Amino acid sequence: MAGEKKGLHLLDFWVSPFGQRCRIALAEKNLAYEPLEQDLSNKSDLLLRANPVHKKIPVFLHDGRPICESLAILHYLDEAFPETPALLPSDAHARAHARLWADYADRKVFECGTRLWRLKEGGEPQAQARREMVEALRTLEAELGDKAYLAGEAFGFLDLAVVPFTAWFLAYERLGEFSVEEVCPRLVAWARRCGERESVARSLHPPEKVYEFVGYLKNKYGDK
Amino acid sequence: MEKTPENASQAAAAPLKLFGSWASSYTHRVQLALRLKGLEFAYAEEDLGNKSGELLRLNPVYKKVPVLVHGGRALPESVIILQYLDDAWPETRPLLPADAFDRALARFWCHFADDKLGPAVGAVFASTGEDQEAAVRQVHENLALIEAELRDGAFRGRRFFGGDDVGLLDVVLGCGSYWLAVFEEVTGVRLVDADAFPLFHSWLHDFEALDEVRETIPAIDRLLEYARGVRHMLLGLAGAGDAAASSTTATPTEAPAAAAPPAPAADIAVDI
Repeated sequence: MAGEKKGLHLLDFWVSPFGQRCRIALAEKNLAYEPLEQDLSNKSDLLLRANPVHKKIPVFLHDGRPICESLAILHYLDEAFPETPALLPSDAHARAHARLWADYADRKVFECGTRLWRLKEGGEPQAQARREMVEALRTLEAELGDKAYLAGEAFGFLDLAVVPFTAWFLAYERLGEFSVEEVCPRLVAWARRCGERESVARSLHPPEKVYEFVGYLKNKYGDK
Repeated sequence: MEKTPENASQAAAAPLKLFGSWASSYTHRVQLALRLKGLEFAYAEEDLGNKSGELLRLNPVYKKVPVLVHGGRALPESVIILQYLDDAWPETRPLLPADAFDRALARFWCHFADDKLGPAVGAVFASTGEDQEAAVRQVHENLALIEAELRDGAFRGRRFFGGDDVGLLDVVLGCGSYWLAVFEEVTGVRLVDADAFPLFHSWLHDFEALDEVRETIPAIDRLLEYARGVRHMLLGLAGAGDAAASSTTATPTEAPAAAAPPAPAADIAVDI
C-alpha cells in the first residue's frame, strides 16, 4: 500500500482542474476526506509511491490504496461508495456520452490551453492552438445546446468533469486574444449556473488567480 | 452498475453495426470485444483515405473509426465503446473486473496504453536514426513499467491482465501489440525482447493464440505489406513539414508521429 492511514485522502494541488473534479465529487457525495496539498516542485515520498508511473496528482487514497487519474477516481467513487449519490447516470448510452465528452474536454480544451500559454506569442503554432481552442469551445457550446447542463436537466458527471476548466477561460481569452463570451455564450451561462452549486463554488478558484498562476507557468516553462 | 430492464430489452432489440478499417487496431478492439461477448454485428469497411459521408455524419467530432451504431445512436472511441458494451449487455461476459479497485487499475493502464505506449510505438515507426533510438528507449521504458506490474505489481501471477480470462486491458493492449512484431520486421528495430520482457512476451503469445483473437487480427503478411507502405510514406513526408498533418491515411496507430506538433505540451512536467 502506498500509505498506511485508514480513511480517505486526496493528494492534490490547489489550482489543478483534475484535483478539483475529485473535490467536487467528494463534496457531492458528502464523503469526508483529508486533503493533502502537494509541492509539485519537490514531490513527496507519498506521491512518488502512490503514483510511481506518472508522479502526478490527483491521487485518491482509500485506506492507503492509491487510485490515480481524475476520471478513474470519479468512477471509483461511484463504485466503491454505491450508497452515495451517483455521479454517472445509470443508462448505458448516457454513461458513454458522459465519458466521451469528459475525454473531449481533456484532449481538446485542456491540451489547447496548455499550448496557448506554453507556445511563443505571435507565432503560428500559438495561433493554431488558439484556433483549436475556439473550435473546441464552439463544439462544447453545440453539445450543450439548449440544455441546462451538459448532462441534461440536472448537474451530473459531465458537468463536474468540465466545470473546473471554466476557471481557466479568462486565462485562455487573454492569451488567445478572443472573447469566450462571444465564442460560447451558453457555456458561459452554464459555468455561472454550475458555480452556484456549493460543491463547485467551494472547489474552484477565481479566474484572476488562475490567470496569475498561468503567468507563473508561462515564465517558468513557456517558450521564449 | 445495476442491471436495468430498459438496458436489457433495448440491447436485445436493436442491431449493431460497426464502422471500421481492417488495419486499425482500435477497430480490432471492438470486433474482439463483440466476439468475446457473443454479440452479432454488421460491419462496414471504411477507406480511411476517402472517408464516407456516413462516417463523417456519425462521428463529426473526431471523424475516425471505429464507430459503433446501436439503436440509431453512434458511439466513437474504442475504450468508450468497450465500456458501453459492458454497461448495455450486463448479462454477457464482462470486460471490466468486478472489484472497484481493479476496475480503476484497468482504466489507468488502458489510458497508459493509448497516451504513452501507443504514441511511443508510433514514433518509432515514423522516425529514423537518433530520433528513432530515442523513441525506442521510450517504448522500452513503457514496456518495463508493464512488465514490472506483471512481475510484482497489480497483475502479479496472472495469465492475462483480466486474470484467468482476458478483460478490457488485454483487449486494449493486445490489439495494438501485434504491431510490435510487424514494426520490428519493417524497421529492423528490436522492440519486444523476450529476454527483457519475458512476462509481456508470454502474455502476448497467449493472447494471440485465442480463437477470438485469431479471428480478429489480420494475417501477418497483410499487416507487413500495409506497414511497409505506410513507413515508406511517412519517411517520404518526414522532410515535408506538416504535409502529413492533412493526410487522412491512418497509420496503424492512427497518429502519424511525423505530424505531431512541436514539443507535445501534454508531456511537460506541469502536473496540474
